[in-house]
Amino acid sequence: MLLYGIKRLLLMAPILLGITLLSFTIMHMAPGGPAEAQMEFSAKASAEARERLRKLYGADQPIHKQYLTWLTKFVTLDFGEAFADGRKVKDKILERLPITLTINFLSLGVILLVAIPIGILSATHQYSLLDRFTTMFVFVGYSMPHFWLALLLIYLLGVQWGILPISGKESLDTTGFTTWQWLMDRADHLVLPVFVSAVGGLAGLSRYMRNNMLEVMRQDYIRTARAKGLPENTVIYKHALRNALMPVITILGLSLPGIIGGSAIMEQVFGIDGMGRLMLQAVFSRDYNVAMGVLAPAAALTMIGNFLADIGYAMADPRVRLK
Amino acid sequence: MSDPTSLTVRQTYQQVKQNWLAFGGGLLVLAVFVIAIFAPWVAPYDPSKIDIRNILVGPNSQHLFGTDDLGRDVLSRMIWGSRVSLEVGFVAIGIATIIGILLGAISGYYGGYIDSAIMRAVDIMLSIPTIFLVLTVIAILEPSIINIMIVIGLTSWMEPARLVRAEFISLKEREFVTAARALGAADGRIIFRHILPNGLSPILVSATMGVGGAILIESALSFLGLGVQPPTPSWGSLLSSGKDNIEIAWWLSAFPGLAILVTVLGYNLLGEGIRDALDPRQRE
Repeated sequence: MLLYGIKRLLLMAPILLGITLLSFTIMHMAPGGPAEAQMEFSAKASAEARERLRKLYGADQPIHKQYLTWLTKFVTLDFGEAFADGRKVKDKILERLPITLTINFLSLGVILLVAIPIGILSATHQYSLLDRFTTMFVFVGYSMPHFWLALLLIYLLGVQWGILPISGKESLDTTGFTTWQWLMDRADHLVLPVFVSAVGGLAGLSRYMRNNMLEVMRQDYIRTARAKGLPENTVIYKHALRNALMPVITILGLSLPGIIGGSAIMEQVFGIDGMGRLMLQAVFSRDYNVAMGVLAPAAALTMIGNFLADIGYAMADPRVRLK
Repeated sequence: MSDPTSLTVRQTYQQVKQNWLAFGGGLLVLAVFVIAIFAPWVAPYDPSKIDIRNILVGPNSQHLFGTDDLGRDVLSRMIWGSRVSLEVGFVAIGIATIIGILLGAISGYYGGYIDSAIMRAVDIMLSIPTIFLVLTVIAILEPSIINIMIVIGLTSWMEPARLVRAEFISLKEREFVTAARALGAADGRIIFRHILPNGLSPILVSATMGVGGAILIESALSFLGLGVQPPTPSWGSLLSSGKDNIEIAWWLSAFPGLAILVTVLGYNLLGEGIRDALDPRQRE
C-alpha cells in the first residue's frame, strides 16, 4: 500500500513537468509577446522602447532559459508579476478565487444531490417511464452548448421577466445593504451561473451512476444478498450503492480541468470576474505569467485529486492494490 | 424455421422499441445529413443575400426563423451552416481517431516503456483544460476552418487512444494472434489486420459521440471569437454573432443553438445505441 502510494507520487512529478513545459511552449509560440500587446495602441512606441520592455520581461532570452527561470520561481510558489498591471499574479488569483470556488462548489453540490438519486432510481427501474424521462433529460442536458442555455435564461429570466440579475456577482451599488440583503443579492446573482454549470455535469454523472448501478446489480453478491432474504432496500442501498459509488470518486478527480475550462465560458457569459475569465484574458493578451499562474496550480490540483482518488480507491478495494 | 439471421417484423419492432432512443438518434443524424447535402435545394433563400428592407425581422411565414442584422434569412444560413458544422465535426474526429488508434495500438501492443511514455502523454493532455490549448493554438494559427479542425483533432485523441490500448492489451494474448505470429506475420500486419478489426467497436462508439463533442467545441470557440469566422456560417458562428443582439432579436441565437442541440443529441443517442447493441450486458 505504502509502496503503491510512493510509486504514484513519484509519477506525478514528470507529468506536472510535462504539463508546464507543454503549456509554456505553446504560449510562447504565439505571435506577439506582452510587449507588443501593451504597445498595440501606441503607434509612437519606438522599436527601442519595445526592446527595453522585452528585456524587462525577459522575453529577449531563449525560450528554454525563460522556462527555467519561470520553473525555479514556480517551485518556490513565486508566480511572478502580471505584465498588464505589474501586480503580483498570486494576489490577482487570490482575489478571484473565492467566486469561482463558490460557483463550482455549489454546482458540485447540486450535481451530487440530484445525479446520484436519479442514477439509482433509473437503474432500479430500468426502462420505466421515469428512466426514459430522465434519460432524455440527461441526453438533452449533455448535448447543448451551455453558454446557449445561459444566454436563453438570461434573456428570459433577466430581460423579459426581470426575475433575476443578468450579470456580475453582485449589484452595482451595495452600499446601505444589511447583511441579509447583501446575502440575498449575492444569492440572486449566483442562481443562474450555478444552475447552468450544474446542468452539464448533472447529465454526465447521473448517466454514469445509472450504468454503474446496472453493472453492480448483475453481480453474484447481489444475487446472494437477495437469496439470503435481505429486504430489497438493504440490497440496493447497502450492497449495491456502495460499490457503484466507488468509480464516481475517480470521475470527480478527473473532471477538474473540464471545470476550469467550463468556468472560463460561464464567467464570460455572466460577466463574473473569476479565475476562468482571468485565464481567458491572460491567454488573449499573452500575459504568460498570469496564464501559467492559473494553469500550473490547477494542473497540480488535478494530479493531487487523481492521486487521492486512486489512494482512496486502493484503500477501499484490495483488488487494486495487488496490481 | 427460416434463415435464423433474418429478423422477423416482430423482432425488429422489439429491437426498435427497446432501443427507441438510439433509433431516434439515428433518424436525427440522417435528417441533418440530408439537409446538409441538399442545402442548395432545401434553403429557401440565398444565405448571403442582404436585404436592408427586412432587417431583424422576427419569425414569420416568409422567414420562418427571422432575419439577421443584414436582413439575411436565418433558416437559410443555418441550412448552409450545417455543412460547415458537420465538416468540422467529422474531420476533427477523423484526425483524433486516427491519432488515437495509432498511439493506442502501439501502446497496447508493445507495452513497456513505449506504453508508459504514451500513457503519460495522455495524462498530460488530460490535465490541461482543452479550451486553453485550443484557444492558444488557434491564436497562433489564425482561426480558419481547417485549423479549427486540426486543433480540435489534436486535443481529442486521448479517449480513443485509451480505448484502443485496452482492446489491444486484452486481444494480443488471444490464440488467433499467437497463430498469426506462428505463421510469421509481421507486427504491422498483426496490429492492423488481426487485432484492430476485432477491437474497433469501442472506437465506433467514441467516434460517434465525438462528432457531437467537436461541434460543441467549435461553438464554444465561436463564442470566444475564435471559431469559424463570419461571414462563413457555421452554427457556432451564427449563434455567437446573434448573442449581442439577444435583447432585441432572440431568434438569432435561439435557433442555431437549437440546431446544435438537436444534432449533438442525435450523435450521442446513436453512440449510446451502438454501445448497447455491442455490449448487451446492461440490457434487461
